[in-house]
Amino acid sequence: MSRPLEKNQSFRESLRHLPDRDGHFGPYGGRFVAETLMGPVEELHAAYERYRRDADFQAELKHDLRDFVGRPSPLYLAERLSSQCKGARIYLKREDLNHTGAHKINNALGQALLAKRMGKTRLIAETGAGQHGVATATVAARFGFECVVYMGAEDMQRQAINVYRMRLLGARVVPVTSGSRTLKDALNEAMRDWVTHVDNTFYIIGTVAGPHPYPMMVRDFHVCIGEETRGQILSAEGRLPSALIACVGGGSNAIGLFHAFLDDPVKLYGVEAGGAGLHTGKHAASLSGGRPGVLHGNRTYLLEDDAGQIRETHSISAGLDYPGVGPEHAWLKDIGRVIYDTITDTEAVQAFHALTRSEGIMPALESSHALAYAMQLAPAMQRDDIIIVNLSGRGDKDIQTVATREGIEL
Amino acid sequence: MSRLAGVFSALKRNRRTALVPYITAGDPHKGATVPFMHTLVEAGADVLELGVPFSDPTADGPVIQQACERALKHGTTLGDVLGMVKEFRSRDARTPVVLMGYLNPLEAFGIGRFAEEVAMAGVDGILTVDMPPEEAEALAGLLRAKGLDCIFLLAPTTTAARLRRICEAASGFVYYVSLKGVTGAASLDVQAVRERFTAIRRETRLPVGVGFGVRDAGSAAQLAGFSDAVIVGSAIVSRIAEHRGELADTLANVREFVHSLRLAMDAV
Repeated sequence: MSRPLEKNQSFRESLRHLPDRDGHFGPYGGRFVAETLMGPVEELHAAYERYRRDADFQAELKHDLRDFVGRPSPLYLAERLSSQCKGARIYLKREDLNHTGAHKINNALGQALLAKRMGKTRLIAETGAGQHGVATATVAARFGFECVVYMGAEDMQRQAINVYRMRLLGARVVPVTSGSRTLKDALNEAMRDWVTHVDNTFYIIGTVAGPHPYPMMVRDFHVCIGEETRGQILSAEGRLPSALIACVGGGSNAIGLFHAFLDDPVKLYGVEAGGAGLHTGKHAASLSGGRPGVLHGNRTYLLEDDAGQIRETHSISAGLDYPGVGPEHAWLKDIGRVIYDTITDTEAVQAFHALTRSEGIMPALESSHALAYAMQLAPAMQRDDIIIVNLSGRGDKDIQTVATREGIEL
Repeated sequence: MSRLAGVFSALKRNRRTALVPYITAGDPHKGATVPFMHTLVEAGADVLELGVPFSDPTADGPVIQQACERALKHGTTLGDVLGMVKEFRSRDARTPVVLMGYLNPLEAFGIGRFAEEVAMAGVDGILTVDMPPEEAEALAGLLRAKGLDCIFLLAPTTTAARLRRICEAASGFVYYVSLKGVTGAASLDVQAVRERFTAIRRETRLPVGVGFGVRDAGSAAQLAGFSDAVIVGSAIVSRIAEHRGELADTLANVREFVHSLRLAMDAV
């Protein structure tokens, strides 16, 4: 689903042609799973290669993206926020207005349609904040799949409302009590479920990580974010933006926005969760504070100790609280195409308030990281510069977290 | 001839099946592992499989996950595991030892240094669960250069094309995962395993072992009827998990269980 190359641009020059046949983005990506999953992963890859070129599949996806998800999502000029920042003008890509309130549904829908064609009857997913779990439970209800969502026991307490939402949608939410009881452990458990029920089960991974083809496939289902944005900004301003900013946990919303712009003269910024600050060790910034390793089926940057054991992470935003990152981001970091930086919990919460008060839009704490970064970048830029922030989700789910942090009892 | 090849050919001459028990290194504590290794050999083990603990063992069921957690709580590192093998070797030069684990701790250690030090410690083979042959070139090359065997998994989901490729890449023995699931899963279908064996035998002259889901003397004996090795992990580790108080009691408990497997397998 990648855009065709510009006429005078050679294939070699494009940054949009990866991964290679075996799923590698430079030294990253690949397929690091136990043998029992290699067959199912190959089967999935073959099915995806077939249906991505299938007109009926693409038509059904396009139809549901429009009528069920509500695409295209608007590109909104945040005038009051921009004037407060006294610099570049800030646009918001409104993924928060999608059905279920985040970009996650683009991918969940795409994979569910694939699962249907592969004859699978059961969907499983992992979730951190609950947004991907809700998106998966939603498409399961939409198409009549059985649905099981794995969620860290710790996260289930932090995100009780999303747990109930998933149950209302008919999903079974299974608490994961192993390891650190958060997103990475939910992923472990989902992989164990998949290996045990490979015949009838489709594992909908929620981010651009995992064994090939997941990083590519999940990206492709989100590339519509950037493709729409490109058209929208060209028609609003007649030119490309100066910079794009998105938050990065696993990195699905960021790659979705960036990919259509990889070959353009546009600065790209990925913002990781700095937690209490990089120097404290309490963060979830695998690109900024980690090193390459192998986890969850791919080679990528990881937060690990000296012995190669995966470290516990911290972020106020459960959706960014993950010790790895998609392999394409690892590659984009190494080649210097995307600049990865961090925003702390405190800065993210300030940005949450700033947007809520200046524009009447309440952003998810994940997206607030990208916003905070835009608010730091904008004042140093010219007034005719344009920044586009991926507002990847809405903040209703985070009201409890913000209130607790500020000592308010609801 | 490698230690593994020597043991398997001796067993074949005597028409016996190898008993390969698995324990996680550092479980329940670092000092217990070497005594467990000797106990397993005394109880009838032909080859030892020693698990290198990892924080995220995605192919393992709850029993071995918890063993990893216990071992990591005591700070067991790959360096410690190599020290344990070295100590074991000072009293046992004969029994092959295979390390089983996940790739990330090996890479953190450095794969060049790893190949060097595992060979020096007296390890015979390496099974890296999350490293299929496609991704194994660099590490496998280093290990082979040191005379170590690279053991790969085969599964019920392995296609014919992959079966061929894996058998070409493997040495020492190949490990057939008897079921779709994680280690220690409940439902082992011996008849289905036997049928797959015919296909595997056609592709390789290496010994073929079976593991995952072997819970008791009965299932071990059934598999011993047609396989070259029976690998038993969770059923042993769950006995170690019961450890309280004296290590001698847990050693005795494990010895008795492994010996019962040996007797059942030899009666076939």
